Amino acid sequence: MSERGYLRRKWFNRIMLGLSGGAAGLGILMLAIILGYTLAHGISALNLDFLTQAAKPVGEVGGGMRNEIIGTFILVLLGSILALPIGLMAGISLAEFASPRVAAAVRFAADILAGVPSIVVGVFAYAIVVRPMHSYSALSAGVALAIIMIPVVARTAEESLRLVPNSMREAALALGITRWRAVIGVIIPGALTGIITGVMLAVARIAGETAPLLFTALGSQFGVQGLLKPIGAIPLQIYHYALSPYPDWQQQAWAGAFLLILLVLGISMLVRWLSNRRQMSAR
Amino acid sequence: MVHDLIRNKDSKPKISPIRLEGNKGILEVQDLSAWYGNTLALKDISMSIKSKAITAIIGPSGCGKSTFIRCLNRMHEVSHGGRVEGRVLLDGKDIYARDVDPVVIRRRIGMVFQKPTPFPTMSVFDNVAAGLRLTQLWSRRWELEKVVERSLRQAALWDEVKDKLNQSGASLSGGQQQRLCIARALAVEPEIILLDEPCSALDPSATLKIEDLMRNLAQDYTIIIVTHNMQQAARVSDMAAFFLIDDDCAGILVEYGKTSQLFTNPKDKRTEDYITGRFG
Repeated sequence: MSERGYLRRKWFNRIMLGLSGGAAGLGILMLAIILGYTLAHGISALNLDFLTQAAKPVGEVGGGMRNEIIGTFILVLLGSILALPIGLMAGISLAEFASPRVAAAVRFAADILAGVPSIVVGVFAYAIVVRPMHSYSALSAGVALAIIMIPVVARTAEESLRLVPNSMREAALALGITRWRAVIGVIIPGALTGIITGVMLAVARIAGETAPLLFTALGSQFGVQGLLKPIGAIPLQIYHYALSPYPDWQQQAWAGAFLLILLVLGISMLVRWLSNRRQMSAR
Repeated sequence: MVHDLIRNKDSKPKISPIRLEGNKGILEVQDLSAWYGNTLALKDISMSIKSKAITAIIGPSGCGKSTFIRCLNRMHEVSHGGRVEGRVLLDGKDIYARDVDPVVIRRRIGMVFQKPTPFPTMSVFDNVAAGLRLTQLWSRRWELEKVVERSLRQAALWDEVKDKLNQSGASLSGGQQQRLCIARALAVEPEIILLDEPCSALDPSATLKIEDLMRNLAQDYTIIIVTHNMQQAARVSDMAAFFLIDDDCAGILVEYGKTSQLFTNPKDKRTEDYITGRFG
């Protein structure tokens, strides 16, 4: 090994390490800038009124996003209620029951569905729910969010179930337990933290979606009026306020953005905590 | 509270074990061949297994010993590409017949695996109760308590775990975990128990405990044990079957007979070579 060759390899190593470290730092820097910027702009409007008051018309001082916060919770809940049974059952089927060929096909379809642009999902929900019912509605938005959620839930549930060792399945079957009871009683408890993690990530994902709501939830100036009427949501209101020419509203848009980031960040941290706990118990 | 009262009053609870008709536990294997996909793993095995005795399956690694006993409670078909031809008669009825549900067969023929497999999310109690809980739609706690205690006593584990029934099954030592798995298998009251190298992951003292346990269980149960440990087979078994790989790389039964005879006076040259340690 020549001295020159050694030096070259040493410097190449250092440069590459430096570049990858820089790239990692850049990612964190972006997050810090986004957080800091929204915080700096939004903090002045983020107060108790913002959380507890309904929006006020242009010109009136004050008002908040209470209705939109409630709306976002309703939409996320609705999407979850529609998506979880289908997503979880699909994940169970993929991991436990489907033949390898069927599973491969369904898995491929789920991955494609997860990659469909969310605005297309919104248009689809418009076509199958809004048009036939002749009204924008919370329900149609729930359907759109559910379509986004299903593949994410199905795939993460499948992955978590696959992590349960095969010896557990065999041990359960050898006791004369049917396959379905074995899945419910033995396999799912073993995969539970992983499944919950996946569900939470999917919830975080749909909580911030805007595009699929444009053609479905529409937004509402009258608060929550039921599932078959248009409904407001934080991302929609941000979009609406940010485009307006009024400084008051723009301020509120920043506050809403910050709130949304906090919400997603909170869910992500909960996920981190859960999966850390899973690793601890696996040891 | 109410359950406690009932239990004190009625000292003989009506535990209804799932007993099926013709309960004798006689197992007869006829021309059994087993495949993994297109690979033949076992070729034309025929043997009748003695009831309420210990039968040891011995032979070198890869000769199909485990595959053989997995065929006896239809666990072989759970493996990817597992397929069986031939007949396995349990009390005269073919367990591979079209109208037989493997779930019922596995209830009557229990199995314990090489590596201890306690369900990690369940407590010691729940592990033993798992078979009953997950095969019946509901069970009363005090009924389960009876069964769990009886099974743990049978598995010679009760005294060691009676104060930690609520701890995780995974917190026990390896030998205790394996006895827990035996207790779990006993709890559903099988007639036959299959043991697939149950001691290969255990230390010598834990192994001895399991062997004692097997001798006790053999009074009431038919036991079939796969082992690669010749001394163990000689120590515990009444009957022994010697398996070997033939020229097609499939497992065949070379010799089957009383353990004392097979070890002291083998009829087949290949058996003699193996037990005297000339190969394998």
